[in-house]
Amino acid sequence: MDLVQLQRQFVDYRTSLYHEGFLDEQFTQLQELQDENNPDFVVEVVSLFFEDSERLLNELARALEQQSIDYKRIDAHVHQLKGSSSSIGAQRVQKVCIAFRNYCEEQNVEGCLKCLQQVRHEYSLVKTKLESLFQLEQQILTAGGSIPM
Amino acid sequence: MESCNCIEPQWPPDDLLMKYQYISDFFIALAYFSIPLELIYFVKKSAVFPYRWVLVQFGAFIVLCGATHLINLWTFTVHSRTVASVMTTAKVLTAAVSCITALMLVHIIPDLLSVKTRELFLKNKAAELDREMGLIRTQEETGRHVRMLTHEIRSTLDRHTILKTTLVELGRTLALEECALWMPTRTGLELQLSYTLRQQNPVGYTVPIHHPVINQVFSSNRAVKISPNCPVARLRPAGKYMPGEVVAVRVPLLHLSNFHINDWPELSTKRYALMVLMLPSDSARQWHVHELELVEVVADQVAVALSHAAILEESMRARDLLMEQNVALDLARREAETAIRARNDFLAVMNHEMRTPMHAIIALSSLLQETELTPEQRLMVETILKSSNLLATLINDVLDLSRLEDGSLQLDLGTFNLYAVFREVLNLIKPIASVKKLHVSLNLAPDLPEYAIGDEKRLMQTILNIVGNAVKFSKEGSISITAFVAKLDTLRDSKAPEFLPVLSDNHFYLRVQVKDSGSGINPLDIPKLFTKFAQNQSTGTRNSGGSGLGLAICKRFVNLMEGHIWIESEGLGKGCTAILIVKLGMAERVNESKLPYMPKMPTNHGQTAFPGLKVLVMDENGVSRMVTKGLLLHLGCDVTMVGSSDECLRLVSHEHKVVFMDICVPGIDSYGITIRIHEKFTKRHERPLLVALTGNTDKVKKENCMRAGMDGLILKPVSLDKMRSVLTDLLEHRVFFEAI
Repeated sequence: MDLVQLQRQFVDYRTSLYHEGFLDEQFTQLQELQDENNPDFVVEVVSLFFEDSERLLNELARALEQQSIDYKRIDAHVHQLKGSSSSIGAQRVQKVCIAFRNYCEEQNVEGCLKCLQQVRHEYSLVKTKLESLFQLEQQILTAGGSIPM
Repeated sequence: MESCNCIEPQWPPDDLLMKYQYISDFFIALAYFSIPLELIYFVKKSAVFPYRWVLVQFGAFIVLCGATHLINLWTFTVHSRTVASVMTTAKVLTAAVSCITALMLVHIIPDLLSVKTRELFLKNKAAELDREMGLIRTQEETGRHVRMLTHEIRSTLDRHTILKTTLVELGRTLALEECALWMPTRTGLELQLSYTLRQQNPVGYTVPIHHPVINQVFSSNRAVKISPNCPVARLRPAGKYMPGEVVAVRVPLLHLSNFHINDWPELSTKRYALMVLMLPSDSARQWHVHELELVEVVADQVAVALSHAAILEESMRARDLLMEQNVALDLARREAETAIRARNDFLAVMNHEMRTPMHAIIALSSLLQETELTPEQRLMVETILKSSNLLATLINDVLDLSRLEDGSLQLDLGTFNLYAVFREVLNLIKPIASVKKLHVSLNLAPDLPEYAIGDEKRLMQTILNIVGNAVKFSKEGSISITAFVAKLDTLRDSKAPEFLPVLSDNHFYLRVQVKDSGSGINPLDIPKLFTKFAQNQSTGTRNSGGSGLGLAICKRFVNLMEGHIWIESEGLGKGCTAILIVKLGMAERVNESKLPYMPKMPTNHGQTAFPGLKVLVMDENGVSRMVTKGLLLHLGCDVTMVGSSDECLRLVSHEHKVVFMDICVPGIDSYGITIRIHEKFTKRHERPLLVALTGNTDKVKKENCMRAGMDGLILKPVSLDKMRSVLTDLLEHRVFFEAI
């Protein structure tokens, strides 16, 4: 498909992500920070987020499998995940993290496990969405166009 | 009468003749019997005898003959018939055998004869071989002698030893009476007796070289027999004895100049020495061929050895010469270095002495500029400042001149406004020109680019110098300055044949012509103009001032700018034109409002609100740390990131103006850090501003922060604009607490 169509598709997709609450304003801020000195800023931050989150999710899973659960540790991990997700604007992940933290404070193991599952789900969703977004971006760039703001 | 079977001999038995016959027969028989015995005996003794059966035949023949004769003995008296018959049988047998033998001998005798001839032939051959052997042996002897001689000769590289040894060895080998060497004199017209075998001190006896005998010897490379009466051979006092045979041979003398690398010396030099050898007198000895050959070979070897010795002498002399030269050069170099060092020290000192007052002038003028001045005063102060800046540059360049000559000076390239340069020059020169009532006009070609890349300061200095000279040397009239882009045909000026400009896309050649109507210059003096410290004395009656360095420095700058500068003049009183061509880079269309072109710094689209502000960010979360860093980088700050409080305390310094700390991480005692930082930096103006970043909206937290000593609090998430305004506020008021 030609460039104009690609760009329109990109814009529509991105708007949908905002509408569905996958991304919030913070993501826009990130895009503003990208300039010619930092051409791949957004991609770098998002990749770092993916790495970090996967690590944290594994840690959480392991921690919740223990006999005696260390809630302080779990809280710390969730706090990290919340911070990361809010930094890049992954809104839905952030919301689940808040709930997760509450369950942690209550030391509710089932609640925690449920939240973990939810977080995983949301994370994989937002990951897929962002990856498709980047793919579209790449397509536009290779076709010689520029990313519409 | 009884008939008896006896036979009566024909002769009566008592006859004397009969007696003698009887005896002879007896002896014959004896001999005949003994011969085969002897034969058998000797044949048995000898190993080789191919004709045995012949011998048998012969033996039989002889035996039978003997038998016959023996039996004959009985027939002298009356004998019986048996005897007669035996006799007859014997005779018959003998006859048969002898006939057979005779027939056999016909075959055998030629064989025997040929054996004899073969034997003779072999003997001759043996004699010949003997002779040849003798020859070979003598040759070998000669060869051995030559080798030994050569060895002796070659074992030294000293010329005298070589020659002496030659003579001694030759004398010994050939058992000579006298052996002498005649060397050509320096003039080449005579041969001088240089070495002899027996006489220890040669008398220095000379002989003219153009003697027929000598010529004969020199013309062939063989040893030639010469007469003992020849002048070269008259070495011994004439005595009553017969002088021995004399032989002379030439010895080629080779010089170093004969040896070219690819070209072995031909003997066309015709410089020969003569070696004379005399056999002992009163001996019947003759010169043998092999002896002559030996002499020839030796002569050749001597030549080679002598040339080696000559080469060695030559190279040793050359080496000594080189060593002397080396020493001299070293000394000269050291002296030169001392001189250079002295000059540099002098320049450095003078430089300092000159700079100090310059500093004072420049500093005070700039201060003066800041005060209240009337417009004319301001203009004057500006001119003073500009001139003193230029002077300061000139002082730099006096020191630079030595660097210029080394080629170590480099241009400060930058983008600048070309038109502005000319305007400045004009402004600077106008006051002086108006005092002298000279009219200055500036003409810039329309195709001259406004901006260019080059060394602005030095270009201005050069143009100013030329224009200044024009003004200096003109008492009246006008000065016109023209500047345009030089095209190819104007570049290849006949006056500057060695200037070969290369046109390229990013560069253009600026041509500036300054024409004055002043005193002009004698065309013969033009080349001297650009040499430093040389001022034209004929026109120097007015105070020209200046060190005479101006044009020299200009020329060097122009050369660095890959250009050319020269002066044309018709003669004294006819004014002169200075023409300068320099290569400048083309600048892109430059925005006036933009900062000067600095290729290294990142362009921030006008949002460099805080260029170079040193900031420390402490955040445990990698992602948010990166986001914050991105934010601050975008604003032009110089960001250091740390991930823990220890690192933070370690790296924080008074260079950091702001420290951003994420306090909502459990486990980090941000208040503790704040207190520690306060302790570290006691003076307020040294301490960086401490700002907390938090995601929680918590009044209590805010109060805690304030109490702990933080200078600010910001809520996450932080947008770009927010960060900008926060920083602005922070830096202005030194405190910023977000409303919660």
